[in-house]
Amino acid sequence: MKDVTQLLAEQPLFSDLGNDMFALVAGCAHNEHFGADDYLFRIGDPADRFYLVRRGLVALELVRTGGSRLIVDTVSNGGIVGLSWLVPPYRWNLDARAVEATSAVSIDAGCLRRKCEDEPRIGYVLLQRVSSALYQRMQAARVRMADVYGVPSDE
Amino acid sequence: MSETAASMRFAIELESELGEPMLPRPFVVQQTKRETADTATLSLTALDGAPTSFAPGQFTVVGRPGWGEVPISISGDPAHPDHLEHTVRAVGDASRALVGARPGDTLLLRGPYGVGWDVADGVGGNVVIVAGGIGLAPLRPALLQILAHRPRYRRVFLVYGARAPHEMLFTRQLEHWRGRFDIEVAVTVDAATPEWRGHVGLVTSVLPRADLDPDETLALVCGPEIMMRITADALVTNGLPPDHIKVSLERSMKCGVGVCGHCQLRELFVCLDGPVFRYDRVAGLMTAREL
Repeated sequence: MKDVTQLLAEQPLFSDLGNDMFALVAGCAHNEHFGADDYLFRIGDPADRFYLVRRGLVALELVRTGGSRLIVDTVSNGGIVGLSWLVPPYRWNLDARAVEATSAVSIDAGCLRRKCEDEPRIGYVLLQRVSSALYQRMQAARVRMADVYGVPSDE
Repeated sequence: MSETAASMRFAIELESELGEPMLPRPFVVQQTKRETADTATLSLTALDGAPTSFAPGQFTVVGRPGWGEVPISISGDPAHPDHLEHTVRAVGDASRALVGARPGDTLLLRGPYGVGWDVADGVGGNVVIVAGGIGLAPLRPALLQILAHRPRYRRVFLVYGARAPHEMLFTRQLEHWRGRFDIEVAVTVDAATPEWRGHVGLVTSVLPRADLDPDETLALVCGPEIMMRITADALVTNGLPPDHIKVSLERSMKCGVGVCGHCQLRELFVCLDGPVFRYDRVAGLMTAREL
């Protein structure tokens, strides 16, 4: 059975990280499993960790006016779940639900933030990598806002 | 005069004026299948009984008499040229008339026109097919042709993005393809209710990340231009050479034979030189303003 260090090394976010940096991150990592429809976190809860999906699928959900739920994104193998741990007030602003049985490496956000503050060089490298994921998600949200599959202009 | 007779007379008059390439042929609607609220697939046979051979990715100009005509990609199986299928989305008057056609109605078709996907370019390698929205329709003949000659290819992927689960095309056939062991299918939608058990996000989020040899992989991409550009860029970022990516532009085509100039993109006529182009040839044009 692989230990959490090996599992973390398989994650694209931390691939090719220097040994010293990788050891620091691994010290904050845990292996977790979720059953179908288990929640990884709920809106309003403290954003005290984030997840790197190893296997499975996680839905990010918002509650609409009237109470119905909407899946606005899903994250599968190699993806990152949770970005609110990066910025105050460190609270989740949506729900994350496992669509199917899901395994993920969780990273203790407080632990990682402390290490980044102590070692700004590491913090910069990690922030660059997380920013890349953030940027892709923002771009995807913008394109979907454009409703690209909607009815085009008249023929 | 019956609708069919009027159609025939119209076709003969056009032939005498403009010659063979503009000659419409009357086709009879054999069957219609509602795909989504605004999209239907029409199965057509030629009134003269002659088969209509086509290459995957080619289009015809289709019209219902009295309602004008529109260029529509052929969505059926190229192995069955006696039986033409078009998947039409109701966008304007002409396409709305086509979606509203019933079995027995007569339509006028010109074509097939244009340059198709030429899936033979992928023989011996992997093929990644990426479709967005109604872009699955022009890719369906390519996929059917690949599956008809499956041993010639290595891994075959279909990535399909739609606005919502109820707006997906060919849902039964998608299920069939998902059940096959020789094609890897990934479907994603822009948003969904919690009953949806699949992916939500752009097609780029479900592109194959597997160990594909970029030099031996061909990608066929069809959908709204912004989706094709983002997808092609993501494939290039993953190592695929731009000349291994094909996109279908289909913008602003009218006459279908390079006469009217509606679809001109600098030196290219989409209807003649395309609609399928290698991405390295059109990448710059897809972001150029005022074209």
